[in-house]
Amino acid sequence: MSGTVRFEGQNYPLNDGETVLDTLLRNGQPIAFSCRSGLCQSCLLQAVDGELPEAAQTGLKPTYRAQGLFLACQCRPAGTLCVRTPENAGIDTKAEIVELSRLNATVLKVRLRPSQTFSCRPGQYLTLLAPGPIARSYSIANDPEMEREIELHVRLLPAGKMSHWLEHQAVPGTQVTVRGPAGSCFYTGDDNRQWPIVLAGTGTGLAPLYGILQDALSNNHRGPIQILHGALRESDLYLQSELTQLAAEHDNLTYSTCVLQSADGAPDASGDIQERVLTVLKSMANDVRLYLCGAPEMVNPLKTRAFLAGVASRNIHADPFLPSVASGN
Amino acid sequence: MASLYERLGGAAAIDAAVDIFYRKMLADDRVSHFFDNTDMDKQIAKQKGFLTLAFGGPNNYTGKDMREGHRHLVAKGLNDTHVDIVIEHLGATLKELGVADSDIAEIAAIANSVRDDVLDR
Ligand SMILES: Cc1cc2nc3c(=O)[nH]c(=O)nc-3n(C[C@H](O)[C@H](O)[C@H](O)COP(=O)(O)OP(=O)(O)OC[C@H]3O[C@@H](n4cnc5c(N)ncnc54)[C@H](O)[C@@H]3O)c2cc1C
Ligand code: HEM
Repeated sequence: MSGTVRFEGQNYPLNDGETVLDTLLRNGQPIAFSCRSGLCQSCLLQAVDGELPEAAQTGLKPTYRAQGLFLACQCRPAGTLCVRTPENAGIDTKAEIVELSRLNATVLKVRLRPSQTFSCRPGQYLTLLAPGPIARSYSIANDPEMEREIELHVRLLPAGKMSHWLEHQAVPGTQVTVRGPAGSCFYTGDDNRQWPIVLAGTGTGLAPLYGILQDALSNNHRGPIQILHGALRESDLYLQSELTQLAAEHDNLTYSTCVLQSADGAPDASGDIQERVLTVLKSMANDVRLYLCGAPEMVNPLKTRAFLAGVASRNIHADPFLPSVASGN
Repeated sequence: MASLYERLGGAAAIDAAVDIFYRKMLADDRVSHFFDNTDMDKQIAKQKGFLTLAFGGPNNYTGKDMREGHRHLVAKGLNDTHVDIVIEHLGATLKELGVADSDIAEIAAIANSVRDDVLDR
């Protein structure tokens, strides 16, 4: 038997196999969502009455769980669940867009000034909420607590909703809402900062890695650090001069790029970032910490391959940038 | 006398064993296709559940859970051979960690005791 969801005074019975998100969307309710896989946290709702299944809160931080916040896309209640949107749960922060500039032809640098301190670690991700509502996850490329601004790198997709809004509607001064942070891709230091670090990402997967890198360097990490940026074409790379400069200033840092297609369009096998990372891992001590971000087609298989190659599961931190899923199951 | 689970070192022993065990399973073509490795963290958490059960540790699994949890695998052809392989990799993992043969035998017996539930018969 499927349950019922109660939202804004109306009861909506769940059809067989449906989640709370499916049911509310089917009934035309404007609930924000994106990955539909229980990862991005765009569809967070708050339960005010009724029984929440465990699966609806898997992976949420304890403070969220305690407030009854849950993932609508993972929630299949047995009974009646009374829910509301979480605007008043104190998890949202207003922010003002202060900069929109290009990092390359298709990557936008977005800088936001939060109205109050946004506590997070560089490399975690937040949910950016724009009118619509459109909710999308973006990774944090700097240290917002130090800089008082949040830096995001957004790859502009031709038919992307958030892409379109940021490119054509948003201007410096526009107000947005940020929610979060979430995720475990961040630097953790203790007294011994000797372990090797490998940071590998494709496209805007560089955003969290750049944040983690700066965090590690400002914590005086002493072990070797390798950052690898993968892209389809040379023109998809960005921050090359900044990273080259950082590598020149830090003896323990190596920066390399993996480009799949040379300028004339010919495939270049040496640009396969998965093979490159596996080769790099061979030369590193086995307490290496590996961070993988960007295209799921790279992140997910590489995570398994690195694990099989001997990297401890607790030392692999990965954020696959799952795309939004429009409709259906 | 300390329980088998305590003798092995409890939760820390599970943490030490899970990577070795899961790596063996994923590297073995005879069983790797049963493991959906799109989300490795979730799989590792589930394999910790398996090890906790096998080590005689605190867990709330019932025979019904084991039936339901493996039914989709039985539909994909899970049979006695696969259970034997799991027990074999489990034994090899424990041997690597220096567990005594008598304890390994006890653990294999616990895993074996749920065979019919796992295979849904
Ligand atoms: C944990 C996490 C962290 C993320 N961090 C970042 C980040 O730091 N920077 C960043 O740019 N993105 C990041 N993303 C992805 C981001 O959340 C959005 O999915 C992305 O920006 C597209 O949103 P959109 O509204 O512009 O396009 P949408 O409206 O969501 O998509 C438009 C169309 O493009 C398709 N599409 C989606 N992704 C791709 C792709 N990669 N290539 C080709 N087609 C695609 C969609 O299926 C859809 O048909 C992250 C995602 C997750 C889950
Ligand atoms: C030897 C007896 C076995 C026992 C005691 C056992 C026990 C368990 C336990 C406790 C879980 C965790 C369930 C959860 O927390 O959700 C699990 C999951 C799993 N087991 Fe077993 N198992 C056995 C045999 C096997 C075999 C032979 C295979 C296949 C080769 C297998 C494949 C799996 C898979 C793939 C999962 C994850 C299920 C999922 O993702 O849906 N198990 N098992």
